[in-house]
Amino acid sequence: MSALPTRKDEAWRYSDLAAVARHWPVAVEPVVVPAGETHADIVRATDEGIRHLAISIGAGGAYRMTILDSGRAYGRIALDVTLHDGADFQLGAILIGHGAQTIELVTTVRHVGPNSSSRQIVRAVAGGTATTSYLGQVAVAREGQKTDASQSFKAILLNRGATANAKPELEIFADDVKCAHGAAIGEIDNNALFYMTSRGVPPAQARALLTRAFLSDALEGLDEATTETLDAEITALLETAA
Amino acid sequence: MLVIDNLTAEIDGKTILKGLTLTVNAGEVHAIMGPNGAGKSTLSYVLAGRAGYEVTGGSVTFRGEDLLAKAPHERAAAGLFLGLQYPVEIPGVSNLLFLRTALNAQRTLRGEAEASGAEFMKLAKAAAEKLGLPFDMMKRAVNQGFSGGEKKRNEMVQMHILQPFMAVLDETDSGLDIDALRVVSDGINGMRGPDRATLLITHYQRLLDYVVPDHIHVLMDGRIVHSGGAELAHKLEAEGYSAIAA
Ligand SMILES: Nc1ncnc2c1ncn2[C@@H]1O[C@H](COP(=O)(O)OP(=O)(O)OP(=O)(O)O)[C@@H](O)[C@H]1O
Ligand SMILES: [Mg+2]
Repeated sequence: MSALPTRKDEAWRYSDLAAVARHWPVAVEPVVVPAGETHADIVRATDEGIRHLAISIGAGGAYRMTILDSGRAYGRIALDVTLHDGADFQLGAILIGHGAQTIELVTTVRHVGPNSSSRQIVRAVAGGTATTSYLGQVAVAREGQKTDASQSFKAILLNRGATANAKPELEIFADDVKCAHGAAIGEIDNNALFYMTSRGVPPAQARALLTRAFLSDALEGLDEATTETLDAEITALLETAA
Repeated sequence: MLVIDNLTAEIDGKTILKGLTLTVNAGEVHAIMGPNGAGKSTLSYVLAGRAGYEVTGGSVTFRGEDLLAKAPHERAAAGLFLGLQYPVEIPGVSNLLFLRTALNAQRTLRGEAEASGAEFMKLAKAAAEKLGLPFDMMKRAVNQGFSGGEKKRNEMVQMHILQPFMAVLDETDSGLDIDALRVVSDGINGMRGPDRATLLITHYQRLLDYVVPDHIHVLMDGRIVHSGGAELAHKLEAEGYSAIAA
């Protein structure tokens, strides 16, 4: 990670390269989940810049990461995850872009041992002329038999000027694996919006409620208290975005 | 209560309502019947203010105010309720959250105090029980995975919680089994009163045997072409619409 990336680098094709130059080079932060242990983290990315996390999950270990990414002109989170025998990685990420922001999430998940699993749920909402991007690479080594990997990306665009990019990439060298990915980019459901307003909910509130419901997929499985805290933060972020 | 005068409206440049006139007084129940594509649902959407439906002429007065000047949520707060022919599913939003948000938004807009959590739960429980909707379904996402009949019951639960002055019910009886029709009819009758009015849109005389209307109107090609009393339903059932229109 020394040479400044260019538009030709796949992982940087949607980036704001002028902003990247200001934050280059990037220090890699190691995260180690020892074998057999279960860890969980919430990453709130509100500061301008780039974070690069190298995550290693030992045999039988499990790691749940929740990302709430918003509130800065340029932000990029790169995750480099290595899964050993029977390890499990769960990612729930919410990207909220407004104004002229560029918000990027780039993940590389390497299944290097057998029986490991990864599940990534990424939900993005973009307003203004914001760009939200998710580049998700899953690499399964020859030793990664019985890997179970999935990634799901869905985005809602609030304005015509907003953009969402999704780029899944699978690199599989084992033959007995399950890999699923899906991506969908759309708008707020007008039927639902009409239904809510016809019951008396003002349109801005209805939009916020529908958007929050859409994003909540990424919080699935978290305990109630954590979900409530994050829900409140999301609501506040959406209010700024509106 | 509701005065519709010479209303014309179009969607995507196509004129659907072609000079519709109808008055519903407080305390009355009216029924609108008419062939498929006549404009019944269009009328209900125009009254509720759905985007895409453009009023090109005429007027609608609701409780003395210009209804068409209001946004959809303001119409609801003024006491208009639309029971949809095809209720919408809203993934990720529970029925309870949806209704509590709606009720309190209406109250806020009317300058009333919001319902507390406890007060709302009491209202919701009573309404669900009255309409025979298991309370578990109130906790589920709005209409998601509900059967056709359950969706219609849910519309009625919403009506009971929101207590509108005027309900426009678009084919609320379609898709209901015999017992559900009874329950829903009782629910509609339970809302009758000197200060309220109901406009039923239906294809079936069966509903009108339970909820006996004061007036029945035949809507064809964007206009009310014939009006009569409750007995008109039987005549229509026997003779069809073309005989009436002729
Ligand atoms: N987006 C649209 N563009 C053009 N025509 C439309 C559009 N939406 C509805 N229509 C037409 O408007 C007419 C009236 O439709 P509406 O749904 O009001 O009928 P209805 O009386 O409720 O019929 P039904 O008894 O089948 O429910 C129909 O001919 C329909 O095809
Ligand atoms: Mg209809």
